[in-house]
Amino acid sequence: MSDATLPRTAPPIRRANPKGALVAVVFEWLCCGAATMLLVALGWLLFSLVLGGWPALRKFGFGFLTTATWNPVTDVYGAAGPIMGTLVTAALALAIALPIAGGVAFFLTELCPAPLRRPIGTAVELLAGIPSIVYGMWGLFVFAPLFSRFVQLPMMAAAAPGSLLEKLTTGIPNGSGILSASIILAIMILPFMAATLRELLLTVPASVRESAYGLGATTAEVVMSVTLPYVRTGAIGAVMLGLGRALGETMAVTFIIGNSHTFPKSLFDSGSTIASTIANEFTEASTPMHTASLIALGLVLFVITFIVLGLARLMLRNQVAKA
Amino acid sequence: MLKKLGAAFGAALIVAAATTAQAAGSISGAGATFPAPVYNKWTEEYKAQTGISLNYQPIGSGGGIKQINASTVDFGASDKPLKPDDLAAGGLAMFPTVVGGVVPVMNLPGIKAGQIRMTGANLADIYRGAIKKWNDPLLAKMNPGVQLPNLPITVVHRSDGSGTTFLFTTYLSMKAQHWASEVGANDAVQWPVGLGGKGNDGVAAFVKQTPGAIGYVEYAYAKQNAMTYALMQNKDGRFVTPDAKNFAAAAANAKWASAPGFYLLLLDQPGPDAWPITGATFILMHTKQADAAKGKEVLSFFDWCYKNGDPAAGQLDYVALPASVKDLIRKSWSKVTGPDGKPVYR
Repeated sequence: MSDATLPRTAPPIRRANPKGALVAVVFEWLCCGAATMLLVALGWLLFSLVLGGWPALRKFGFGFLTTATWNPVTDVYGAAGPIMGTLVTAALALAIALPIAGGVAFFLTELCPAPLRRPIGTAVELLAGIPSIVYGMWGLFVFAPLFSRFVQLPMMAAAAPGSLLEKLTTGIPNGSGILSASIILAIMILPFMAATLRELLLTVPASVRESAYGLGATTAEVVMSVTLPYVRTGAIGAVMLGLGRALGETMAVTFIIGNSHTFPKSLFDSGSTIASTIANEFTEASTPMHTASLIALGLVLFVITFIVLGLARLMLRNQVAKA
Repeated sequence: MLKKLGAAFGAALIVAAATTAQAAGSISGAGATFPAPVYNKWTEEYKAQTGISLNYQPIGSGGGIKQINASTVDFGASDKPLKPDDLAAGGLAMFPTVVGGVVPVMNLPGIKAGQIRMTGANLADIYRGAIKKWNDPLLAKMNPGVQLPNLPITVVHRSDGSGTTFLFTTYLSMKAQHWASEVGANDAVQWPVGLGGKGNDGVAAFVKQTPGAIGYVEYAYAKQNAMTYALMQNKDGRFVTPDAKNFAAAAANAKWASAPGFYLLLLDQPGPDAWPITGATFILMHTKQADAAKGKEVLSFFDWCYKNGDPAAGQLDYVALPASVKDLIRKSWSKVTGPDGKPVYR
């Protein structure tokens, strides 16, 4: 801004200011250094993960990804259980959180009485700042008993023998398991996604929305055919960031998922995620192969997250190309 | 104004950090989380009395062994004793500090603490899923006169690698051939059935929330949460209560003198009162100390703990070692030498 106005207001003589020039050079170098450091850190991290996990990857090969044996006694490791747990909980969490986050955002921007907008918006942002271990403790001590009593037991009782519902609901009805972990994850990523979506919806120019209303559109129609398409690209980014957080979430999941390395067979079954397995076992991993396998798990998570972010980029690019 | 306040606060933080760094002792240790509360209490009292401060980081037994092998700490701590061969390979000396017990706890409506009796073989059958219901004939045979509920058993174990799990699974391996060959013993194992809670509190929470659940926790947890425990059959065939007195009995009857490098598991020890799932926690040190003065400081600290630390240990529900064992340990310290080959502690 000031640069644009400078030529007009500055005196016609060229200012020689060696001090300022030096500052500019240092500033440029610092910025360049900051960006390079980030890349170096990323590369180093990837390199360390490959190096640390190499013994496990070499010994178990592709089977590391496809077998569900995780046995520290015999030193044989396969990560299919944690990988499946990670993907299923993250996908379920997203499926639960996305509609609710959208609802919160639309309510705040379109329907909410003006005086309430700010307090509710702040509350949503506040929720996003709660540390994950607090969600974990709340999940284990408060949510799990209620979930067991009011969801798991009724669902198990309602399942007809041999039905698909029975298959999905076998397990221990004590409030832990894959579905519980997914719900806790959904609650965790919801405020983050709702806050981002709200910010996005606020960028829709009032004139556009008002014209739609002026044409006689209902709120639902305005949301569906005007504001949502307007923010679509940004919304995909917000969703992918939420998914990224769900994939890597550690403590809250560890508390409630039941921590079994077997391949999860139902929604109420105990499972594990990559992050929870690492958090559980890294401190006491005593054999080199155990440590290497946990580091290899970290590499797998790195790759999964990378693929998710890559997909998000690809979708964004397609959207931009279409527009 | 706010900025100034922030700057002042930041400066205060830096000053505080600098002073604590200065005050932090030159001696550092790292390892097992199970004895961390008592080690921290001891270092606190030791500092108050002698002015010498130690820094103990509870990073887990596996981490403690790695750190002492890499010589990044002055002593390591582990709940899992190292075998004499491993000690020799690493040039390490090992000695026990305190004793604790692992307690099977359960949630059975209508059953009070100490009402259920079990053998080690029963416990192994439950944990491998062979006994599935509380009114199983095998359990009923052990508990005549007790109305056992017709409830499915939910097995709860630790999800994180832990010395508690090592003791528990080693005990099951000793008592049941099936367990030894199918599952084995370690800090973490491939559990045939059940679900995992994070830490003692995670296991305790799952047990409390699930009618019909059984789990295992450290004694302090069972006591503080007033959980329903089982009486276990010990080597003498008696059913004993998990309490400090019975852990001490197991430690007293153990043959420490004939255990090279103090490699001794206190599991299933003889004696009428000995609790069968008892274990000591250990300290690891290099036998060749690069700095004799530092080695001496570490041993002086543990000597002080043996002399003055028993009340603190008792308050935190650990059991102190018998006096005879402490004497044996002090004698064993003669193999910790300085660069000149002379013992650092006399």
